[in-house]
Amino acid sequence: MSDSNTLLEARSIGKAFLGNVALDSVDFTLEQGEIHALLGENGAGKSTLIKILTGVYSRDRGTIYLGGVEVSPANVAEAQTLGIGTVYQEVNLLENLTVAENLFLGRQPRRLGLIDRPKMRRRSKALLARYGLDIDVDALLSSYSVAVRQIVAIARAVDLSGKVLVLDEPTASLDAHEVEMLFSVLRKLREDGLGIIIITHFLNQVYAVADRVTVLRNGRLVGTRKLAELPQLELISMMLGRELQHITRDHQSQDETVKDAAEATIRFEGYGRRGSVAPFDLDIRPGEVVGIAGLLGSGRTETAFLLFGIDRADSGTAIIDREKITLSSPEAAIAAGFGFCPEERKTDGIIGDFSVADNIALAIQARQGWARPISSREKRTIAENFIKSLDIRPADPERPIKFLSGGNQQKAILARWLATEPRLLILDEPTRGIDIGAHAEILKMIERLCAQGMSLVVISSELEELTAVAHRVIVLSDRRHIAELAGDQVTADNIMQAIAASAHTEAA
Amino acid sequence: MIHTRNLPFVATLGIFVIAYALCVLQFPNMLSTRVIGNLLTDNAFLGIAAVGMTFVILSGGIDLSIGSVIAFTSVFVAVMVGTLGVHPLTAFVAVLVISTLFGSLMGAMIRYLGIPPFVVTLAGMFLARGAAYLISTESVPISHPFIDTIQGFYYRFPGGGRLTALAMLMLLVFIIGTLIAGRTRFGANVYAIGGNQQSAELMGVSVGSTTVGIYALSGFLSGLAGIAYTLYTSSGYSLATVGVELDAIAAVVIGGTLLTGGVGLVAGTFVGILIQGLIQTYIVFDGTLSSWWTKIVIGFLLFVFIVLQRAIIWYSNRKLAEGRLKGV
Repeated sequence: MSDSNTLLEARSIGKAFLGNVALDSVDFTLEQGEIHALLGENGAGKSTLIKILTGVYSRDRGTIYLGGVEVSPANVAEAQTLGIGTVYQEVNLLENLTVAENLFLGRQPRRLGLIDRPKMRRRSKALLARYGLDIDVDALLSSYSVAVRQIVAIARAVDLSGKVLVLDEPTASLDAHEVEMLFSVLRKLREDGLGIIIITHFLNQVYAVADRVTVLRNGRLVGTRKLAELPQLELISMMLGRELQHITRDHQSQDETVKDAAEATIRFEGYGRRGSVAPFDLDIRPGEVVGIAGLLGSGRTETAFLLFGIDRADSGTAIIDREKITLSSPEAAIAAGFGFCPEERKTDGIIGDFSVADNIALAIQARQGWARPISSREKRTIAENFIKSLDIRPADPERPIKFLSGGNQQKAILARWLATEPRLLILDEPTRGIDIGAHAEILKMIERLCAQGMSLVVISSELEELTAVAHRVIVLSDRRHIAELAGDQVTADNIMQAIAASAHTEAA
Repeated sequence: MIHTRNLPFVATLGIFVIAYALCVLQFPNMLSTRVIGNLLTDNAFLGIAAVGMTFVILSGGIDLSIGSVIAFTSVFVAVMVGTLGVHPLTAFVAVLVISTLFGSLMGAMIRYLGIPPFVVTLAGMFLARGAAYLISTESVPISHPFIDTIQGFYYRFPGGGRLTALAMLMLLVFIIGTLIAGRTRFGANVYAIGGNQQSAELMGVSVGSTTVGIYALSGFLSGLAGIAYTLYTSSGYSLATVGVELDAIAAVVIGGTLLTGGVGLVAGTFVGILIQGLIQTYIVFDGTLSSWWTKIVIGFLLFVFIVLQRAIIWYSNRKLAEGRLKGV
């Protein structure tokens, strides 16, 4: 495919980190004068692909062509010289410098070896004027809004590179007006013939600004499509489901009746937090698995944070066994019998240099209070029990947990909470980044736990996983709980329909 | 309009002017070129070292080796000139090369081995001090016609004050330092790294060579400060200038440079040095106060400035939040 319009072409790009495959033979093409959206859940490989294209990571396999010539940018500076500029979501510019200093860092105009500040000021003014921005370029960048900073970053990237512009979640912290301002800048750049790659998780924004979309899932390419010919439901299914017909529900329906009869012992009424999740009602019965579905950014993790007291709710009540309780901190939630396995296992879950036994004992120790330390023999016994029952490998409680595979780390975190015998366990993306075998084991474990009467809240972007384990599924969109599916309604199809329906009303 | 980031500098300048005015009210004699000339000469070596420290702190680092490098330099020069009879200029050049290389080596370890600056320069501090002892544990006097010439060179102010060669050297270092920080790409990179190293790297700043350059500059200026100290005391002594790095850090912080890096001015450090000198002069004039009062006042001022910096960060964060509402 050597279209004369093709600006950037990546062929069968592969990348693995410590044996974990992040990108598996992904193809990607960007045309001149095109805005190309790159979509996928967390861990789908979007960032890895972008970082390979912009020289942050080196690729293991594959080739990149820019304007028909093979390139291998070794670092950001080289990618910039080649013509590929990037604007990152948060860490893009330096807030302690002025606007002009940011625009010209590393390429300041000089006279007699010294920086020519008047000239830098003039050129900055002229540069920003092209984006319709008339601001004091000698003011600190930190004195401007995120939207202005974003445009300054784009102006710098385009001025530096001029062929390909990569935007990583540019709209994440902008309001509607600012987003429109940004989009008009992007459309103008498209007319100038730039190729623009935009990563975002707002579907309506994808439709508003992009020409084509490439969807990644679990490090693989799902497909590249023209947005004008792609119904939203199909896009959602590209992101979340594999193929609709494959989805089967292997759930025993006999326990539905049991669950309906049982009284909900944990109830959340009108529970919410401004700017995080709109107030919702949630009843959880003993032995029930409640699934939480939604696209990235829909409020999935925020819901978990509320339930576990990491974020404090500013409305509604939490009721356990007919008694009102306040979940003001994770400590309070643990005292109430809750447990939480976070999404970011590496940063929020494990303490890498601690041994497996220490990691497992953390929650139970926290519950006991630090004044009564658990003896190392006790710790070892607990750890050995769980290593056996959950089949954690290698079966060495003293090994630092960072040397375990993702699946075994996840099991150790599960063990940490199981040791506290919780009544409610919240699992955020329990199977992310772990191999197929461990994946199945963890799902089996979820079923076994709820058979023992434990309640679970499972958050997942894998719809098959949710429909396989959950008795009920709450669907989230745009930080609101928009639908609740129970019993036979719990199918991937229904979940996607619910998400698509809400996205349509939003756009209208 | 005063930038928020220059507020600490303005505050320092204000404090200095007010403090000086109060001193003059009590001791009118303090308002003389003689006092000013002495103040500059007495603090010349500290000022030179503090310029290097300013760059290090602006980049978000720290250099604890300064005092030891000064001691090493003074002993090295004294032994070379006084004992071995080498021409002072040759000794100066040699010692500047050594101290610059020493600084670059520390910078390279910080950058390429990923060791925190505190640890690397702490090791450097012991190393340089040990090397000084190795050369001589005695105080080595130094006398050479060339050195006498330098020591005898001065510009006479009206009113009898003397601007000595040492004071001139310090002023020159401050002027060049200001230019490097404010008007060169290297200087801009130092601020960028201090602001956010990761962002700076993503924006194409060569963090490696800049980091090595920063510590090389600090090493060079420590060497130069050592030479100034040798000329000031006419001797080299390996036990001298213990803790001078801390005085330099104090001058930098009092001068309004954020310890977290990215914000500050070389000129601020100059005012920081002047404030320290002013306190010492006041104590001399008073005659009854113990010289430890210098440390107490410096300690107090440091507290005040750290709190002030916190307040400014808090204030600018709040403005940041408001800035979002401001829009375009």
